Amino acid sequence: MRFVDEYRDADKAQVLAAQIAGLCEPGRHYKFMEVCGGHTHTIYKHGLEDYLPENITLVHGPGCPVCVIPMGRVDDAIHIASQPDVIMTSFGDMMRVPGGNGSFLDANAAGADIRMVYSPLDALKIARDNPSKRVVFMAIGFETTAPSTAMTVLRAAAEGMENFSIFCNHVTIIPAVKAILDSPDLRLDGFIGPGHVSTVIGCRPYDFIASQYGKPLVVAGFEPLDILQSIYMILLQLKEGRCEIENQYARVVPWDGNHKALQVISETMELRPYFEWRGLGVISHSALRVRESYATFDAERLFALPGVRVADPKACQCGEVLKGVLKPWECKVFGTACTPETPIGTCMVSSEGACAAYYNFGRFTRTRVEQAVKGAIS
Amino acid sequence: MCLGIPGEIIELLTGQPDLARVSVSGVKRAINIGLLSEEDLQPGDWILIHVGFALSKIDEAEAKAAMEFLEGIGLAYEEEIAALRESRID
Ligand code: SF4
Repeated sequence: MRFVDEYRDADKAQVLAAQIAGLCEPGRHYKFMEVCGGHTHTIYKHGLEDYLPENITLVHGPGCPVCVIPMGRVDDAIHIASQPDVIMTSFGDMMRVPGGNGSFLDANAAGADIRMVYSPLDALKIARDNPSKRVVFMAIGFETTAPSTAMTVLRAAAEGMENFSIFCNHVTIIPAVKAILDSPDLRLDGFIGPGHVSTVIGCRPYDFIASQYGKPLVVAGFEPLDILQSIYMILLQLKEGRCEIENQYARVVPWDGNHKALQVISETMELRPYFEWRGLGVISHSALRVRESYATFDAERLFALPGVRVADPKACQCGEVLKGVLKPWECKVFGTACTPETPIGTCMVSSEGACAAYYNFGRFTRTRVEQAVKGAIS
Repeated sequence: MCLGIPGEIIELLTGQPDLARVSVSGVKRAINIGLLSEEDLQPGDWILIHVGFALSKIDEAEAKAAMEFLEGIGLAYEEEIAALRESRID
């Protein structure tokens, strides 16, 4: 028995569910990708798939920034943290992410000074308070967090700080979506577009998804009803033969995004020629690095990095999960060797990762995984 | 880290560039509002906060809905608020 969490709008959800079912063409199968890890979280928390007809499959996308950091970058960060007089700072989500030689937590246990911070500004504060130390901020995230890092670099520059730098691992969402659209393994019918990334980039950058790939995309909010409504909007487009970019989350997302945020990103950062994504491989122009004019704040320039590419563990199928080819529970180590306490892959680490979302909401304990896998085979 | 949390601006901290005192779920913290410099924010305005920065201006109804939703998702939200409590950016 699958279970559905009760939430305040459960009856409205039922109504939307009926409308969704009414829009589905009999015999047609639909696959929609939710790009953002925040959406994945909502979908499993509230059991939204249980509201959808059998012929709609939700596929989880690559929009969990912690999940896409490759092992080699974690190793590089630990290498920086292990240099004399360095304090590495990081969002809490990164602490357990395994690299080739363990995680930040393991490095701390081995004597490195890696501190959790809520904001890059906290890292800057640590730098101010520790003038004899070199403080590095492990910058991760999509366009949602990149402006905050950029503002912090600008602040550090304005203050003339000499002991603060960032290890820039910011990634951009559009090339990842394009890589998925170009991937032969997957045929998608539409996208649930990321909410908070879009507050920064706006809705226009998605235009090519409709115009070149002929797929609808609806930018969606994070509540259960938002997601159901955006599925409804995608289906309505398909039924009416339209294919457009629409904004279900207009109460938060401006169509043109946040100019100031985009401006501070481009002031301090530029696109890298290429970047490796965990599971997705190398994608060109898909990540940001610090511009030459802010070189003194760029940990990549200040520290000699090993920069070794580390292959994911053999057992790990995060790549397939991030591309939406496999459901988390179809990974062989899901819930057995790989759990949030002892993650093998990144999707199990962040609460926005698809595997952690499945695992944390109690739908798949060990025995239930076995049952589920058996059920899938028979 | 990807959660956006709503907060209400209590006062603009004039001495410090881009900072405002914001109440988030009863926790009062300095938040950077520099990314919304085009919005002319005032005390009483609601904002969506992301890693210490206000990312967009929202209305109160949206703030309430977002808050209820966040409280409902449990652990991830509690961790975010705990991290915010520790944050001292001013
Ligand atoms: S179960 Fe673990 S190894 Fe498998 S895909 Fe998920 S995170 Fe990766």
